[in-house]
Amino acid sequence: MSLAPFPVITALFMAALLAALEQLSSRRRLLDVLSLATAMAVAIFDWQLLDASLAGTIVYWFGDWKPMGGFPVGIAFVIDPASAGLALLSALLTLAALLFSWHHFHAVRTYYHTLMLLFLASLQGFALTGDLFNMFVFFELMGVAAYALTGYKIEESGPLEGALNFAVMNSVAGLMVLLGIALLYALTGGLNLAWAGAALSGKPAGTAVSAAFILLAVGFLTKGAVLPFHFWLPDAHSVAPTPASVLFSGIMVQLGLYAVARIYWVVFSTTLDPDLLRQMLLGFGVATALVGGVMACLQRHLKRLLAYSTVSHSGMMLAGMALLDRRALQGTLLYIAGHGLVKGALFIGTGVLVYHHRSVDEKELHGRCRHLRVTGVLFCVAGLALSGLPPFGTWTGKGIIKETASDLGYQFLPPLLSLCSALTAGAVLRAAGGIFFGLGHSDPFSSSAPATGEEGSETGHSRGPTPRIMLVPLGLLLVASLGVGMLPQVQQVADQAAGRFIDRAAYQALVLQGTPLPLPRPAPQARPGVTVSFVTTAAALVVAALFLGPGPLRGRGRESVKVLLRGPVRLLRRVHSGYIGDYVTWFICGTGIMMALAQFWF
Amino acid sequence: MTVLPYLIVIELLLVGLYGIATSRNTIHLVSCLFVAQSSTYLLLLSVGYLRGGTAPITDEIPANARMVDPVVQALTLTDIVVGATVSALLLAFALQRHKLTGTLDPRKEPPQRG
Repeated sequence: MSLAPFPVITALFMAALLAALEQLSSRRRLLDVLSLATAMAVAIFDWQLLDASLAGTIVYWFGDWKPMGGFPVGIAFVIDPASAGLALLSALLTLAALLFSWHHFHAVRTYYHTLMLLFLASLQGFALTGDLFNMFVFFELMGVAAYALTGYKIEESGPLEGALNFAVMNSVAGLMVLLGIALLYALTGGLNLAWAGAALSGKPAGTAVSAAFILLAVGFLTKGAVLPFHFWLPDAHSVAPTPASVLFSGIMVQLGLYAVARIYWVVFSTTLDPDLLRQMLLGFGVATALVGGVMACLQRHLKRLLAYSTVSHSGMMLAGMALLDRRALQGTLLYIAGHGLVKGALFIGTGVLVYHHRSVDEKELHGRCRHLRVTGVLFCVAGLALSGLPPFGTWTGKGIIKETASDLGYQFLPPLLSLCSALTAGAVLRAAGGIFFGLGHSDPFSSSAPATGEEGSETGHSRGPTPRIMLVPLGLLLVASLGVGMLPQVQQVADQAAGRFIDRAAYQALVLQGTPLPLPRPAPQARPGVTVSFVTTAAALVVAALFLGPGPLRGRGRESVKVLLRGPVRLLRRVHSGYIGDYVTWFICGTGIMMALAQFWF
Repeated sequence: MTVLPYLIVIELLLVGLYGIATSRNTIHLVSCLFVAQSSTYLLLLSVGYLRGGTAPITDEIPANARMVDPVVQALTLTDIVVGATVSALLLAFALQRHKLTGTLDPRKEPPQRG
């Protein structure tokens, strides 16, 4: 019996069971234990699947409806190392988030555990499936679970606002995906990715083909928080319960990018012109990384700061993926793993602050957390890791992306990626320096609106020491990120994953005919250089020091800098208005631009 | 094949999106989302439509009869279910927000900026 459907089935079944158990009176710890066990079981299944997929991609047909004469009539899970690896990452992050929520909630309320497991099931299904419509269904399931989690603190207006914006934007994105699916179905007569790719290959790229790709890409890039579709992300991630934010920022956003990559390579890679697509996606990726980095520096709401950092890093991942190259893709996959683990750790660190002080406001917390030594040190380490400090997973991933970009002749990309990493990590380190060590002025150079009490009802107020069980996932996530960076095996798995990912002929042959082609040969591996990464980390420290210490941003110099930056900063803030109508307008503009570019170019 | 359904698809989509972008009432906004959503139903159904085809119920029609594509109909049904779920959730959020802040206008309550 194949293990392939079990990650999804287990999580879905347990979600239903927990929903029934909600009726019991003393259920709190029972729900905690059961959901932890489920996440653990799913992680073990994913581990087994990853292990098995290294020997050869697994194709599982539901109900044993195998292709008839090369036409897929059933629905398939296609599990290669990339999809199994992402599924494993999502299971591990869920495990960490659930461990953290052991003490996080003062009184956990209805359906939190059910929603988390439902979310886990959808993440698993989305990563593992090889069918376009199946992907859409898991996309929507992921969405609905995430909207409900975002609006979890239902009696406060912040989370409601965030959940509404999130839900509307992602539903519009779902619309685009579905329109794209309908067009692709009309063009190819099938919903299986491999079939669609086989039917399209050799055909000239017409208006309909490029429109289908752009519609699908726009939909999934909205999930991936790419400019100008990213506006919902800070609103949602900053108000969701902290454990949910771990999953949102750690894996959900990245799965949006994964979907674009998967659809491009399996379906469209022989039809669309790669050079033009590369330029378009690079442009969007770099713009996203820059805007996210700058916006992160302008926040004082800690979770919002982390959310903008996710936007920025998502842009970097898109840029890495957009190089459309095996080695760059390997780097991107490593970066997704390294970043997801570090970002999860940062959100958990923020959650510890909420546990003690019921606040996520940088100014309000300034210097008040000196007693949280362990948390402070771990938070700072995570901040440094975010900048790509060797030997964290962020270092190998980004290092490989940068080196490939230079080799391919995109000399501008490495410094830009370093700059954005330095900005986001600098913002995190500035916040950490102020909160844990009381450094600097309590009023950072720029501050957005104060973080109003969204954190009020999530937890109780606590004076005692931080519970160990909160620090365990924080430490484990950092260790895991170290492992991603240091173990050569992880790099080899990522290389194999990337090689398999871009091998469209092998994918088609395996899914449609059931004949395995030889696996791609492992590429020679080299560790990326460390010098550039240390420079980036140093730059992050400089950014933090500029905000914290005496320097050009203090005293008289500060005024002139402020005057200089006031215009652009105000413009950026006004663009991120928080109104759903504006977001949809930006969405329409972005879609229009992409469509126009595609029509002129492809 | 006629282009009329496809034109209506585009019209529904644009009308719905315009409504969402300019809406001053959350309930209205959710309805606009549903209008935009209905464009996908129409597109799916017109993709699978066959002039003169019958309904795809295979045991009641002769074996050689032409029938419309059943796959898109299944997709449309799934889509309707998904749309109903999302709309219900959104409307619940909207009601709750009205209960809390006393307004349905998404522009009334100034949210966090920047």
